[in-house]
Order: sequence, then C-alpha cells, then structure tokens
Amino acid sequence: MARRDLPEINAGSMADIAFLLLIFFLVTTTMDVDTGISRKLPEKQPEDMPDPPKLKEKNVFIVTVNRNNDILVEGETFMTIDKIREEAIKFIDNGGGIGNPMKDAQGNSLDPAECDWCQGAKDPASSDHPNKAIISLESDRGTSYGTYIAVQNELVGAYTDLRNRYSKETYGLSYTQLLKDAKNNASNESLKEKIKDIKSKYPQIISEAEPTK
Amino acid sequence: MSKFRKKKKGTPAISTASLPDIVFMLLFFFMVTTVMRETELKIKKPQLPKATEVKKLERKSLVSYIYVGKVDGQGGDKIQLNDRIADVKDVKYFIFAERETHPEDEIPLLTTSIKADVDSNVGTITDIKEELRNINALKINYSTLKGDVMDNVKKK
Repeated sequence: MARRDLPEINAGSMADIAFLLLIFFLVTTTMDVDTGISRKLPEKQPEDMPDPPKLKEKNVFIVTVNRNNDILVEGETFMTIDKIREEAIKFIDNGGGIGNPMKDAQGNSLDPAECDWCQGAKDPASSDHPNKAIISLESDRGTSYGTYIAVQNELVGAYTDLRNRYSKETYGLSYTQLLKDAKNNASNESLKEKIKDIKSKYPQIISEAEPTK
Repeated sequence: MSKFRKKKKGTPAISTASLPDIVFMLLFFFMVTTVMRETELKIKKPQLPKATEVKKLERKSLVSYIYVGKVDGQGGDKIQLNDRIADVKDVKYFIFAERETHPEDEIPLLTTSIKADVDSNVGTITDIKEELRNINALKINYSTLKGDVMDNVKKK
C-alpha cells in the first residue's frame, strides 16, 4: 500500500507540457472548409424512353468548350470567360415570349404569361422566358477541369446576379442576403417563401451535356 | 470532531491540480484521431479550381469524397477512393459502401464531393458522373476554393 509518505510529484510543469502539445496540434491541423459548386445530376433514363420534347433552338443557350479550352457560345462566337456571365444574363433575362405556366402562392397554376420582371431586350429571336431558357454546357473529354469549372461558375453566377436583382427590387434585400438570413433562423417561413418565389422566377436550368469524344 | 482528526492522520488527499491537464490530454487525443480519420492522399494533392459562386457543404457526415489527380511518374488522371487508387468502375462499390454506413432515410441526402485537380480532364469527371448516375447518387459537389475564376485558366 502506498500509505507511506510518498514524495508528491510536482505537477506544475504539466500545464506547460499540455499547452505545448495544444499549440503543436493547433499549428499542424488544417481546418479546410469544404466549399464547392453543387449540382444535381439528371436521373438515368431508361433505354426505351420516348424522345424528349423538342426544344426551340432559341430557348437553348449553348456554351461549348473544346479540348483547347476555347469557348464557343451559340456555335458562332468565341468568347473569353469573363464575357460569358453577361451573355448568359442577356439570354436568360430576354423574356421575348410566353413562358411555361407558373404556380401562384396557393399552388394554383396560372395562365402562361409573359415575363413581367425581365429587363432584357425582349428579342423574339432569343429566349422566351426564364423558365424556358436552358443553358447547355458542352465539353470535350480533353477540356481542362479548371476551365470547365470556371464556365460553370460564370453560368451559376449569371443566375445569382439575376436573382439578386429581382430580390432587391421585390424585397429590398439581395438573394444572397436572404439565403444567409434563412440559414440563421431556419424557422422563418416568410423568408423561405421569398426564396422559393425568387427561385421560381429564375429557375436555374443548366444542362451538362455528355462530352464529345 | 474525532472524525476530522482521523482524516488528517490518514492518507494525504490526492492532488487534483493535474486533473485539467488530463482532460486536456483527452481533448488532444480526440483532436488527433479526427485528423487521422481523413484519408491519406495517394495522388498528388489536387490543386482545386477556384470559383466565386460557392456553397458550403453542410453536414459533413453525409459527404463522401472522390479525389482525382495525378500520380508522380504516371500519366493520366487517377481516381482515389478511400485509401487507394481505384478504377472508375469501383466508384459504385465505394458509394454502396458509403450507403451501408448511413440509415435508410439519409441515403437521398448523401452528397458526393469531387475533389479534382485543375488540370484534370473533363472526361475523367464525366466518367465518374456517369457511374454516379447509374447508381442514382445524384447529388454532387464540385469542390472548389473561393477565388478568382481566371486563376483556373492561367497558363503555367
């Protein structure tokens, strides 16, 4: 039994050792926050699928990136990455015709109507309505991933810009701000409604086509 | 009073001064183990592309990672799943294994994060995406850093 008067171990330096270790791990650990561009892949279609509905060519905005990382828009114009966003906004926001039927706040279908929140050129040769406008991103197997992501980023950015603009005009706050607020108080239903409304006004329709071989 | 006297005679009280330190040590233990759980990279650390329109990945427990990058001395893009270099065909088994570890109701929420190097080919990524589509793992995330997109296309 350790009844006898054991000399007490001096624990004074214990804290120092602990701190040393703490500092060591603080320095060596890297806290990488995971960020990225989220996408939802389309579901696999069965072989005997009927042909998808034909889309009017004017409602499709084709961005092609070839193996040399050159970017071709609508099959005719070469473009640098920084111009894509502007072009995409022009295309989505054109509002030259009648859109797909939308739903009102109660979930009832409304009659198909023109896009009265669009501020585009209303060019009949470009997209009819934001909910009909489809952006198709075509790539080659040899395209570099960096360019591919850069283009994707610009396309998503175009939608964010439009949503921000619409949100500012309607609710006085930008869409990004609304999202932030909604995250901070998840129970706020009116915020959710607003976000849903903005999303339905400018639905993000980006298709990633299978690459050319 | 006699009880008090007895105590004084008995064994000396154990010093609790080191108790916080022990707790600290435990804390370190957990800190270290969480780091070790992360997969060790067999490929060269992928240099992630940069983007501005990024979203934070919520609920990391629902995320599985696929790494794409180069291996020293070998050409072509390599895919790493867990701790080893794998083939595109192994992606589905990797996802199945991930699904095993989650309850049924969380499976549709599972996200696959693709951490690919800027210089990878889109072909490799498409192959992975095709595999994911085949097994209905539709939520994906292209892992990126925050930054200027023009950095992705600069010639080295």
